[in-house]
Amino acid sequence: MTIERHARHFQEELEQLKARLLEMGGLAEDRLRLAVRGLVERDLALVERVLVSDGAINQLHIEIDDRCFKLLALHQPMAVDLRSIVSAVKINTDLERVGDLAVNIAEAAGRYLEHPPVKELIDIPRMADIAQGMLRDALDAYVRRDMTLAQDVLNRDDELDLLKTMVFRELLTHMLRDPSTIEPSLDLVLISRHLERVGDHATNVAEDVIFMVSAKDVRHHIDDT
Amino acid sequence: MEVSLRPEVTRAAGAAQAEPTPVKIAVSNLNFYYGSKQALTDIGIDLRTNVVTAFIGPSGCGKSTFLRTLNRMNDIIPGTRAEGTIAINGRNIYAPGTDVVALRRQVGMVFQKSNPFPKSIFENVAYGLRINGLAKGRRDLEERVEQSLSRAALWEEVKDRLHDSALALSGGQQQRLCIARALAIRPDVLLMDEPASALDPIATQRIEELIYDLKRNYTIVIVTHNMQQAARVSDHTAFFWLGKLVEFGPTEKIFTNPAEKLTEDYVTGRFG
Repeated sequence: MTIERHARHFQEELEQLKARLLEMGGLAEDRLRLAVRGLVERDLALVERVLVSDGAINQLHIEIDDRCFKLLALHQPMAVDLRSIVSAVKINTDLERVGDLAVNIAEAAGRYLEHPPVKELIDIPRMADIAQGMLRDALDAYVRRDMTLAQDVLNRDDELDLLKTMVFRELLTHMLRDPSTIEPSLDLVLISRHLERVGDHATNVAEDVIFMVSAKDVRHHIDDT
Repeated sequence: MEVSLRPEVTRAAGAAQAEPTPVKIAVSNLNFYYGSKQALTDIGIDLRTNVVTAFIGPSGCGKSTFLRTLNRMNDIIPGTRAEGTIAINGRNIYAPGTDVVALRRQVGMVFQKSNPFPKSIFENVAYGLRINGLAKGRRDLEERVEQSLSRAALWEEVKDRLHDSALALSGGQQQRLCIARALAIRPDVLLMDEPASALDPIATQRIEELIYDLKRNYTIVIVTHNMQQAARVSDHTAFFWLGKLVEFGPTEKIFTNPAEKLTEDYVTGRFG
């Protein structure tokens, strides 16, 4: 006879909330992948698909917030249940921002594709892989309440920052050498910046997971003394 | 303060969710008096089938009195008087010639304090079946007792000691036994007057889950002074104040964005 069994109905609602968040994460990730693929493969049709279909994410954004709001109001959750709903609200916002960043990337990619290629794209797809992997793992960590995986996501953020700096330096040399590449280069800089931001949102999600599981707030490294 | 509830407003609010179920209990223009003191004023409300409706409000607001008008339990208090109509399945239960015993079979009740008979667990459930002649022989009786105990989520805990005294059960088990006893005579409405207020949190949670499960088969009306409980278990909530129905609507609306200032003040704990 466990308490968990008795609270079945509320637990079911939490599971549904989790499922919706995962769906949202999946959508955000898909759009990100599509935008970067469009850029790398120089396929404007892919890029434009990202630009037209923001509706599903926006709808989920509102629905998830609404679910959280009602769960808080009607069930007065405590302890880990309370933390997981508050985390869900924050994760929801981060995922919606990732969806927006995918649109920003697609916009920059659209402009970039109007020019001849500045360089072969190596680091940007790598950044995209890392950012997507961080996002996916952060969500997995949320679902499995896996602190180790969440911590691993946090560790990967530096790699992304480093790549962004490298991309910027490399593009700077291109721009200095040939001013006609300035415009498309700036779009690539922007894209790397957006990808780095995706990593930041994945980091936020991972921090929320750690808070949800352990009630420890690891943001801003306040525990590092 | 003049606040009244129009049934069509309620219907519109309810329609925002799923397709509303049929009206089980339609109350209109109900006034109720204890002697010369008016306890309920002009109550109008539709209680829907297979829905849990919670009545909330401060002590003395009339919520329990109203609950008791739904199976004419107030009739046993001398000097009380009801005006208006309460139609259950379309029939006015205050019409002359109403069979009150049959009404209370159809509209079962569970009270705040569990009140098992000082008999065995089995007999507590079997009693109502016997005096109402509802069981055809021993086998049928046993089956109905088991079914009622199962529906009340008690069977697993008591099946090996059915002939022990009901008074040996814990408070939460006794309350579920009382629910099983009410279910045995196959009501279609279940009235619950503070069914969990004497129980610890775990036993309360079991009762709440039970209420959630039971609504598949019954129309449930619960009075509770515990607002959080109303929020957790009910689909619709009615807020009473000074004998009037201030607001009635989907529970999530009442607890997240009530239409009336008075309701908001109550659910946020500003008075009451």
